Amino acid sequence: MSVLNNYVYYGGAFGLIFIGIYIVLVKRNLIKVIIGLSILDTGINLFLISLGYISKGTAPIFSKIDMEIARMVDPVPQALVLTAIVIGVAVLALALTLAIRLYHHYGTLNLRKIKDQRW
Amino acid sequence: MRRIISLVLLVIVALGIALCVINIPFGTPKTKVGNYYIDNGREETGAVNIVTSVVVNYRGFDTLGEVTVLFVAALGVSVILATLKKKVEKKVEPSSLILNTSCRFLFPLILFFGAYIFIHGHLTPGGGFQGGAIIASAFLLTYLGCRGKRISEQKVKITESISGLVFVVIGLIGLAVGGHYFLSNFLPKGILLSLLSAGIIPIIYIAIGFKVGSEIAGIIDKLMEES
Repeated sequence: MSVLNNYVYYGGAFGLIFIGIYIVLVKRNLIKVIIGLSILDTGINLFLISLGYISKGTAPIFSKIDMEIARMVDPVPQALVLTAIVIGVAVLALALTLAIRLYHHYGTLNLRKIKDQRW
Repeated sequence: MRRIISLVLLVIVALGIALCVINIPFGTPKTKVGNYYIDNGREETGAVNIVTSVVVNYRGFDTLGEVTVLFVAALGVSVILATLKKKVEKKVEPSSLILNTSCRFLFPLILFFGAYIFIHGHLTPGGGFQGGAIIASAFLLTYLGCRGKRISEQKVKITESISGLVFVVIGLIGLAVGGHYFLSNFLPKGILLSLLSAGIIPIIYIAIGFKVGSEIAGIIDKLMEES
């Protein structure tokens, strides 16, 4: 059971990351590709958070003055993920805007039918 | 064929990552810098929320860059959508009385809650980015519920510019007065756990809240205009 306890969070996070990469590589609809990027983003955030977590940990907030310091989780990954979430929202908005622009130009969102985008 | 190549690629990446992660089992002790922040964060910044003290104080310059990225994205959205040809005005059917009234009732409450979240950023979970997102969700509610209402683009831009200026000017004052680095905490720290504590952190977070709220509201406005 210890193996499960040690790695189950990483497994979940990397599961999301791989689902995201698979969607980006395989799907043809541009909106689905953007959804895949968003899932990938969530997986990476979850992985960073779980790196800093300790079992039975509390948030690093001193809501009372005498809180146990040893049980607090690492604040650095949380601050980094706060940044990453905001950047993720910005990138998502920009990607959707580009999808709208592409749709107006080519009349389709299927990446196979857009000649310049085929790979 | 593409699927097979993608799956093989994914398996290779997964094996590589597993080899890296196997050495850091879940719940390994904190990094040195994290321990330093938890031990000394309260005395050095006056904020009881250590994540806030990291985001605004220790890594404040990083946060300025983050806000800049959000600004550039909002600018990109409006520039890309401005090049599209304008469609013919569609006639929008007004929403029903119940929907309209409940939207108008909920709108100030959500704004109030967002303001609470970013004013108390140094005491409770939350902060400028979260509060700003809540404020933008209030605008999204009016767009979905009360059809036909628009926010003024001018006001969005003015709010955004003023709050961005407040952030930079406070950082520069800190550079000139307080210490030898950008965003040093030059105001008195105050008593722990009180609202008026932690020096410049609440002011910065209020500025960030207004900035993020107006930027995301602007993005929502542009995207809703297109639909």
